[in-house]
Amino acid sequence: MAQIQESGGQDHKGGKKRPKRGIPTVDMTPMVDLGFLLLTFFVMTSTFSKPKIMSLAYPPKEENKPTDPDKPKVNNAITFILSEDRIFYYENQFYPESNKEGKPATQLSETNFGADGVRKLLTDKNRYVLEQKAGLDRQLRGKEIADTTHARILKEKKGDPQALKVLVKTDDMAKCRNFIDMIDELRIAEIGAFLPSEITASELELVRAKTKKD
Amino acid sequence: MAKVSKPKSAPGIDMTPMVDLAFLLVTFFMLSANFRSDEIVPVDVPASIAENVIPNNMLVRVTVDKSGRVFYGIAGKEDTKKNMLLRMSEKYKIPFSNEQVQEFTKLSDIGCSMSQLPAYLSMNEHDRTRFIESSVGVPTDSTNNQLKDWITAGRTELLAFGEAEYMAAREKNIDVKVSDFKPKFVLKVDGNADYIFAKRVVETFRDLKENNLSFITSLKADPRKTEH
Repeated sequence: MAQIQESGGQDHKGGKKRPKRGIPTVDMTPMVDLGFLLLTFFVMTSTFSKPKIMSLAYPPKEENKPTDPDKPKVNNAITFILSEDRIFYYENQFYPESNKEGKPATQLSETNFGADGVRKLLTDKNRYVLEQKAGLDRQLRGKEIADTTHARILKEKKGDPQALKVLVKTDDMAKCRNFIDMIDELRIAEIGAFLPSEITASELELVRAKTKKD
Repeated sequence: MAKVSKPKSAPGIDMTPMVDLAFLLVTFFMLSANFRSDEIVPVDVPASIAENVIPNNMLVRVTVDKSGRVFYGIAGKEDTKKNMLLRMSEKYKIPFSNEQVQEFTKLSDIGCSMSQLPAYLSMNEHDRTRFIESSVGVPTDSTNNQLKDWITAGRTELLAFGEAEYMAAREKNIDVKVSDFKPKFVLKVDGNADYIFAKRVVETFRDLKENNLSFITSLKADPRKTEH
């Protein structure tokens, strides 16, 4: 095959005996050089994975829509406020200090982006949907329902009143990755109803107080 | 005693398998990888579990870099880009020469105000890089929201192009979905950028009644799948 030609090995044995010439050989070294040059080029200039996109549907902006004072009481909702790598949250409605209803003022709790933090919190709160989904998944695996039915029922369950509703707000210290991570956690916890929305002044005050302390 | 054989000459190594290997790898990389598109600024996108693949065409893309500067670009045909620029040129009463228009169609993103754009297009590669370093990006202030105008112009042109494509596909009796011919709006934000900058872009889109937005992310493992 492609051996480097060994010359002069047997020359001294007499003028007539030439080195055995079998198949003519080709020196492959430059070809290896070329191959690795191309290889290096392709490794350097290419990206492996195509970037993925995470789609979000924002609510349409309604201009000059007055905030309804008699809006229905939200229950089974949770509001997250993102600050730099920290998550504050409160459940259900926000009650400012000395409110009309005489409810105690809302306190912010804190959690983190770890698996024991926000993920655990959300899976606990959204247990209803997750349990329904587990049941549906079992049915799907057992070929009891079609995958389109699975998708339809799951969507219904996500919109169920018992499902957790989530508001995501950010303060001015939040980073983009915090927001993306939060949306990710919501996806993991199968939360169908979530809304990125504007932080209110009184909420911001509470967050400021929390972040300033330490 | 065994006869010690004298080495005859330089030992030869058969290079053929190495050539095979090199070209095998070259072939693999050629086929599996797509080229890194030239980015105007380096952007370190956050990771998410989203698995939707980004479309190649019909894209309005807004980039927010680490310091919060905004860059704008569309993915479309050269004519679409050209018409978009002419639209903007008309609106801002800034004329462009033919060479500048040609240059513009080659760019993937822009990151300067309309008044700086003609000068930017006439620059060479080196000057552009230096210009971008000191640039503040496309203005997004509420008083001078040029990003909004860019998006409007890009959206109009992409829609017109998509409509023509859709009609052509319909005539050939190809089964097509209308949604494939509508422009998509994507945000490419740096993970370390302050969210308020991304939010400003999001609000600009929402002002234009574009509420379905996508964030470009890199893929990370879905914990739901690794559990089992």
